[in-house]
Amino acid sequence: MKFSEQWLREWVNPALSSQQLMDQITMAGLEVDGFEPVAGKFTGIIVGEVLSVEAHPDADKLRVCQVSNGSTQVQVVCGAPNVRTGIKVPFAELGAVLPGDFNIKKAKLRGQPSVGMLCSGAELGLSENHDGILELPANAPVGTSFADYLQLNDITIDVDLTPNRADCLSIKGLAREVGVLNSLPLNAPSIQKVAATHSDVPDVRVEAPAGCPRYLGRILRNVDLTAQSPLWLQEKLRRSGIRSIDAAVDVTNYILLEQGQPMHAFDRAEIDGGIVVRMARPEEKLVLLDGQEVTLTEQTLVIADHSKPIAIAGVMGGEHSGVSPKTRDLVLESAYFDPITLAGKARHYGLHTDASHRFERGVDYNLARDALERATELLVSIVGGEPGEIVDVTSTEHLPKPISIVLREKRLADVLGLAIANAKVEDILTRLGLAIEEKSGSGWKVSAPSFRPDITIEEDLIEEVGRIYGYNNLPVTEPTGSLGLRPKAEDTRPLSAIRNYFVANGYQEAITYSFVDPKIQELVDPQNEGIALANPISADLSVMRTTLWSGLLKTVAHNQNRQQPRIRLFESGLRFVKEGERILQQPMLAGVVTGNQNPENWVNGRRHADFFDVKGELESLFRLLGVTVEFRTGKHPALHPGQTAELLRDGQPVGWLGTLHPQVQKNLELNGTVIMFELFLNSIVTGYVPNFKDFSKFPEVRRDLAIIIGSDVKFADVERVATHHAGEHLNALRAFDVYQGESLGKGESEGNRSLALSLFWQHPQRTLTEDEVHGLFNGVIEALKAELGATLRS
Amino acid sequence: MENLKQLVQDGLAAVANADNLQALDHIRVEYLGKKGAITQQAKTLGKLSSEERPAAGQKINDAKGQVEQAINARRSDLERIAIEAKLARESIDVTLPGRGQELGGLHPVTRTLQRIEDFFASAGYSVEQGPEIEDDYHNFEALNIPGHHPARAMHDTFYFNPGTLLRTHTSPVQIRTMEAGKPPFRMICPGRVYRCDSDMTHTPMFHQVEGLLIEKNVSFADLKSTVEAFLRVFFERDLKVRFRPSYFPFTEPSAEVDIEWGRETDGSIKWLEVMGCGMVHPKVFEHCGIDAEEYRGFAFGMGVERLAMLRYGVNDLRMFFENDLRFLRQFR
Repeated sequence: MKFSEQWLREWVNPALSSQQLMDQITMAGLEVDGFEPVAGKFTGIIVGEVLSVEAHPDADKLRVCQVSNGSTQVQVVCGAPNVRTGIKVPFAELGAVLPGDFNIKKAKLRGQPSVGMLCSGAELGLSENHDGILELPANAPVGTSFADYLQLNDITIDVDLTPNRADCLSIKGLAREVGVLNSLPLNAPSIQKVAATHSDVPDVRVEAPAGCPRYLGRILRNVDLTAQSPLWLQEKLRRSGIRSIDAAVDVTNYILLEQGQPMHAFDRAEIDGGIVVRMARPEEKLVLLDGQEVTLTEQTLVIADHSKPIAIAGVMGGEHSGVSPKTRDLVLESAYFDPITLAGKARHYGLHTDASHRFERGVDYNLARDALERATELLVSIVGGEPGEIVDVTSTEHLPKPISIVLREKRLADVLGLAIANAKVEDILTRLGLAIEEKSGSGWKVSAPSFRPDITIEEDLIEEVGRIYGYNNLPVTEPTGSLGLRPKAEDTRPLSAIRNYFVANGYQEAITYSFVDPKIQELVDPQNEGIALANPISADLSVMRTTLWSGLLKTVAHNQNRQQPRIRLFESGLRFVKEGERILQQPMLAGVVTGNQNPENWVNGRRHADFFDVKGELESLFRLLGVTVEFRTGKHPALHPGQTAELLRDGQPVGWLGTLHPQVQKNLELNGTVIMFELFLNSIVTGYVPNFKDFSKFPEVRRDLAIIIGSDVKFADVERVATHHAGEHLNALRAFDVYQGESLGKGESEGNRSLALSLFWQHPQRTLTEDEVHGLFNGVIEALKAELGATLRS
Repeated sequence: MENLKQLVQDGLAAVANADNLQALDHIRVEYLGKKGAITQQAKTLGKLSSEERPAAGQKINDAKGQVEQAINARRSDLERIAIEAKLARESIDVTLPGRGQELGGLHPVTRTLQRIEDFFASAGYSVEQGPEIEDDYHNFEALNIPGHHPARAMHDTFYFNPGTLLRTHTSPVQIRTMEAGKPPFRMICPGRVYRCDSDMTHTPMFHQVEGLLIEKNVSFADLKSTVEAFLRVFFERDLKVRFRPSYFPFTEPSAEVDIEWGRETDGSIKWLEVMGCGMVHPKVFEHCGIDAEEYRGFAFGMGVERLAMLRYGVNDLRMFFENDLRFLRQFR
């Protein structure tokens, strides 16, 4: 909410500087977002009077004016369409400086001398209005400083109010708060009952008393809405960020700002019969003041006449029944609408108005009559007219009930951590306008005023006492309590250990959005449908990721486009997939690698990272985690059909490793091959706790062999067969050379792949004999020949 | 015996001239080997009388010793020279850069999260996780934000359908943890949160850490010490902290926390908002089946990106999610 400091000080004027005042309310919980001067910086502007206006002999749009500064008379050439004899205006005399350091000098315009300038509101930083010069009231004293005359030594303060403090959405409420903080009384304007001059009253029927417990209306006959709002009123509105429209709207806005009561003025001639406050009927339509037509829902409270809705209650009036300069008779509305009934209604229609903002948060339910009297008095003073009696339709049973709240002395001290003296507590409560109904040895029974609907329970009172006492005056103590030791499974590695592993292996961690571009999602994981957001921020962030690859591949593209050819990224986070009606949210770990395996160096290092580089890194990770993972030839739509491994642990899938499918790579406009993996985190973090086994002290024997096998035979098959026939004392089997190529030729063997293996044997209790090893070794060779069609390489 | 002296002289001269270990070994064989010239002298002993033999034998042994000593001395010289030559050959330019994999790095948000987690873990807080696609009840209702509450407008929520949404804060994890356990509780809930907002200072996804402590006897004063201690540890500075009344539906009393962050032009302290906190609202206890008369609690919450920006001087929030390597590499 924006307000003028000067206006506030009319109500309560503590001996504080502007800055001190803003600091004080900020620290009371009314956070000041900022402030700005109400006018631009200028000097030398006075109230001037236009004595005469003549046409410029050489220019159609310019006028030659004689202007008085109260003592002398000078000639000013002016181009404003509204300049005319007799008006009072802000006059920049010779030597004046306008905002933007614009100096007023003697000039000649189309041959006519001009000494000084008549100013528009925009030129003085008062408004956006460039249409003409600013016209001052006829009683403005000629010759006085313009800044003094308009009291421009003022700032607009923007305070960001939390939703519980609806009571501060007015000058009256803010003043009340400042009064509490400084123990000062309020200088409120006195509100008089306006006497009726006729007996014409609006016909009001409230059919929805729960939504509208109180509705007050009054007729104002024979008004003249061509009369302008006085400058002081326009200024107050302007300094509060509200534009002047016409006198009726200005006055209702003024009351909203000053009292916090939203009001509405209807053109009585447009009301058919009388006013009915009811819920909207299905498919009812209404054209609002802002010109948009809305189709109302049955949950919407409306103000209607006998044939149609004429306003959304507490939100915005209709265009048809709005006031215009031709309006003769007004109906003024001042009501209390139920916050829960109104909650979310404005938003439903894409609206947010000063009225809805207040009604949704809770307006003082006892304010309607005072506000209506004050508005009537003001409006009559501007547009004349004859006020009638007030019609008051109140359903007491639907109004909020004042409730008694018990505040326990002990509870107060326990929650705040400090026993505040009873007298101090009572002083704070009383200053806040809370009535102490009862006092006992253990606490108080209090009731909140109608302007504080947010105070309903004991905690509300504790907060108020703490707030006014000052949070920063409360003590600082260490929490005490039992510190139970927490269990921590040794066989389960924390995510941080996995992250550190990848970092040590040259991977940079990325964090990408959980919602992705459906096009990328469809490319990299067509089997899963991304769960779509109903209200995405943009089309390229509209479905939840089903794989972390979507974000990582986009990140690869981003970095490749910025001259980063070597990219190693990993990310951990949830993926979201539908399984029937359920949504699975699974923690994943994914990585992408492209470019050279190592940074280029002075020996080599220009070798592009391949499948086996990344596989080796994953194998080490699995060793770190203590898990055994099998890499099996697999198929995945995002991966190269010949370079895809499905990862299994105990036969259960735990992830994928492969080379990005060249077609997908092309579609994503990526350079170079990309190796990528994705693992189900929960399936790989739990390994084992080491369990010592005695190791052999006898020598290990190694035998090497080279075989040629068909290209369709996998290393895993060779390993399986060899291990099966190598006996129980085989320690290890390693491949130390793999060759596949032309030179193997057909003459040499049926197959075209050469594989060199080492086998290691060791007995736990003795040295193995030459014969034993020879026998096992030959057994392996024979099995490889028989079962896999291998031939020995000479 | 005449020739023994000569032999020793010749032997010593040959040793002195030997310029490698093989040559030296050759000399050893030549003079001291089984058939060596000096060894052979022993054969002459048979011609001598039993009285003369010991003295003559002694002389031969002395001669052998003399040459052997010279050979050993020369050998260590030659070995030393050989090692020195080898070392000289093997010297390298140690200023050339090393080879191999370079180090990656953690994302600055992770780095910041880990610091925050470490601080609170050391004070006995557990680290809890929860779903990111949440239901309306856990994200709002249980936190005392019913459907009509104006505070819902403060949370620009991403929805899938009217009851399912992306969590707007990590508080629902606290609710789930309280539902599943019994007080007392000490926990922090770090994680991704989502708001339908995107501009210079907002990204539609960001990270929060929310903390909760529930004990039989805990007060706002305890909350103050926890928050103050955390901020001073996090920024490694004895900075001023102030608590400003505010409003959150799930805490009461509620406060925003400001830290001292330099000076304004007029010399006054420049305050910067970094956290929100408060005492757990009785409604929240009620939703979780905890007796608010028996237990009290405090809660606090912070934006991780904001803390990371302040800590590392990052000036554009959006950089955290662009994952530009030139940005990320600065945090390893």
